[in-house]
Amino acid sequence: MDFNIAHEIHAFRSEVREFIEAALPADISRRGRHDYHSRRDDVQRWMKILNKRGWSAPHWPAHLGGTDWSPLQRYIFQDELRRARAPVLDRCGLDLLGPVVCAFGTPEQQARHLPPILNGDLWWAQGFSEPNAGSDLASLKTRADLDGDHFIVNGQKTWTTEAHFADWIFALVRTDQVAKPQAGISFLLIDMTTPGVTRRPIWSIDGANTLNEVFFEDVRVPIANLVGQAGHGWSYAKFLLAHERTTSSVVSHTKRDIEQIRHLATLAKTPAGPLIGTHAFATKLAKLEAEVIALEWSVLRVLHASEGDAAGNSVASLLKLRGSELSERAALLAAEALGDHGVAAMPLSESDDATPKELPPIEDDEAIGVSAKAMFRRAATIYGGASEVQRTIIAKSILGL
Amino acid sequence: MDFTLTAEQQALADSVHRFYEREYSFESRKRRLASADGFSRDLWRAIADLGWIGAALSEEDGGFGGGPIGNALIMEGFGRALVLEPFLSTAILSLQTLAHAPCSAVRDRLLEDIVAGKVLVALAHGETAANGDAEYVEAVAARRGAGWTLQGHKSLVLGSPSADVLLVTAKAEAGIGLFLVDPAAPNVRVQAYKTLDGCRVGDVWLDDVVAEEALARPGSGLAPVLRGLDHALVGVCAEAVGAMSAALTLTRDYVKLRRQFGAALSDFQAVQHRMADMLVELELSRSILYQGIAGLASPNEQRIRAISAMKAITSSAAMFVGRNAVQLHGAIGMTEDYAIGHYYRRLFVIAHLFGNESAHLDRIVRTPATFWPAVS
Ligand SMILES: Cc1cc2nc3c(=O)[nH]c(=O)nc-3n(C[C@H](O)[C@H](O)[C@H](O)COP(=O)(O)OP(=O)(O)OC[C@H]3O[C@@H](n4cnc5c(N)ncnc54)[C@H](O)[C@@H]3O)c2cc1C
Repeated sequence: MDFNIAHEIHAFRSEVREFIEAALPADISRRGRHDYHSRRDDVQRWMKILNKRGWSAPHWPAHLGGTDWSPLQRYIFQDELRRARAPVLDRCGLDLLGPVVCAFGTPEQQARHLPPILNGDLWWAQGFSEPNAGSDLASLKTRADLDGDHFIVNGQKTWTTEAHFADWIFALVRTDQVAKPQAGISFLLIDMTTPGVTRRPIWSIDGANTLNEVFFEDVRVPIANLVGQAGHGWSYAKFLLAHERTTSSVVSHTKRDIEQIRHLATLAKTPAGPLIGTHAFATKLAKLEAEVIALEWSVLRVLHASEGDAAGNSVASLLKLRGSELSERAALLAAEALGDHGVAAMPLSESDDATPKELPPIEDDEAIGVSAKAMFRRAATIYGGASEVQRTIIAKSILGL
Repeated sequence: MDFTLTAEQQALADSVHRFYEREYSFESRKRRLASADGFSRDLWRAIADLGWIGAALSEEDGGFGGGPIGNALIMEGFGRALVLEPFLSTAILSLQTLAHAPCSAVRDRLLEDIVAGKVLVALAHGETAANGDAEYVEAVAARRGAGWTLQGHKSLVLGSPSADVLLVTAKAEAGIGLFLVDPAAPNVRVQAYKTLDGCRVGDVWLDDVVAEEALARPGSGLAPVLRGLDHALVGVCAEAVGAMSAALTLTRDYVKLRRQFGAALSDFQAVQHRMADMLVELELSRSILYQGIAGLASPNEQRIRAISAMKAITSSAAMFVGRNAVQLHGAIGMTEDYAIGHYYRRLFVIAHLFGNESAHLDRIVRTPATFWPAVS
């Protein structure tokens, strides 16, 4: 064992930090202070800048537009992006779909779909969940029936994040109605402008619209948009989820939240001086911080684990579970740092048309959106594999229960 | 001791139940929330006609002598249905503050008008820098002629956007006084906004505002406000009990219906255990609510500890039950169109109102323990 960080890694971090400081436009960075639901135009501008540097998808293979960075370098890159409050990138395209197309897509699919993702030109949504297929995803019913060189897609997806401004959706669909549930599923790329695709916004408890229902009615999808083999969609979906096993800890986001909490609690006055110095609050913050450090070192262990490393891989399964809990707790503590105004509904961003007309008297940039974020983070332990299901996986696959 | 409701209390609880069953569908509530006031003035009059506004007041103050148990029964029912009318701000916080204020013609007339449902009153006491310390006031009062001028900023003033009258605390040399302020008077600014649960509240700025008369002169204004707050804390904890119990019922019904992996969610032991924990939190909150109501009649330190223990436990229970109710619903719990998310947001607001868990634990620490609150 050696817990020292190599000299080259420090140098790498400085290089990334300097680049971001110079390249991130000031207005985007300012909006990033309320880093929750980034604006699409901000993300796109930023992705073009990153793409020019060759850094929009460091985790992709180098020959497809990625880099040959080590897992630790990629982690540091993400960490620096969060530190600088850069917009949150198109996760669906870059983190979920991208690696699948890199690994299983045809050269034609790679040539067609990867460059627009890298450049932020096209936006993707993830069409997995359905009204009756949530935790039990394999029970999904949206069907795709072969008709010549097209699939005819019928069914409904739901909880589809950002589908209201997505150009494309990658969907799990049932192409075989008789096979065992997992075996009948295929992975299909669908252009959202195809006739028969409709979407309906879902408003969530943070006062925003990021979720949507997506309906498919006799939607004709060229057979060329099937990824990999028909009936193998489930294994690609599993590959996709495994690929985000350290990012699902959202530890860099939570570290950023802690900075935000510290900032807000330093400004917040109490009869005994700034809130940050009061015993109850300081203790809560210190506890959160210690837990985030433990989480980050767990991430580091996973980043350094080799394929067959059982210990490293079992740690991976706790990252989402604990990371999502800390993520919500951090947002709740940030709201608490606002005192009375932590219960106020607040606008999310300058462009949001859901912006309430009547605003609480909050002047600090960092405070905007904090309470809404606290509400939205309630979902962290639900999406991406709910905590109850995560615990079952740990009990079964790690403990062998 | 007797934990069963008397015939009159049962009748009150039943009539509250009938009220929200009749008036509060999800859709009608949503419409009311979107209206200019964020509640219905017609319903407020109906509530006055039912005699509930003064339910807790003594008969000599024009009430019905139902005491804090009466208010708690009403608030529990209102919590179950997420009732929006300003009962907490006007009928409990303001009314109880006034009821504990020194007698005067102004006070007596105001009490009468409130009970009749004619005026809406908001207590402008809390300030951002107080951090849940109910005794902390920065706003200042200065003598001018026979009256006073007020200067200060009050935050999260419940009911202020619709109030006809503001009761304002401000500090002079002799201590904290309680003043009557017309929200439409010059130099008063009410900045209205919404809390996360959609209710309208406001921050109030007083910039050299003339107050003709003090309801309680400097030095005697804090005591009635603290009593008003004690009653409001009981009210809001009763509301939490109602909201938690409704959230628990909704969740129980949902997990019995929702199927995943070929079984009802309620078949999974993890879900059963979580719901059992939620029930435990709910029942402990109910117990400590009763303890808090009993504590209202206790001498100073004992009362403070009783009330703060109640709010600390209830705040934490409200968060636990609210968060897990959403959790067990899955994504649908996160939506505006589904009731449970509204319960969570109300419970979140309640958990932070009039001091959060930390603030009340801190208050317990600062209050000498001369008694064990429950059994003296
Ligand atoms: C903000 C947000 C964004 C999302 N974005 C997307 C997206 O872009 N694309 C997409 O496809 N999906 C998305 N989802 C959907 C998400 O993946 C699902 O919410 C998740 O899979 C859970 O499914 P469900 O909501 O149907 O809950 P259910 O599966 O109905 O679960 C409800 C509750 O029961 C528990 N439960 C279920 N099964 C068991 C069991 N066997 N044992 C114990 N407890 C159990 C769950 O843990 C949960 O607490 C999003 C969800 C949210 C909230």
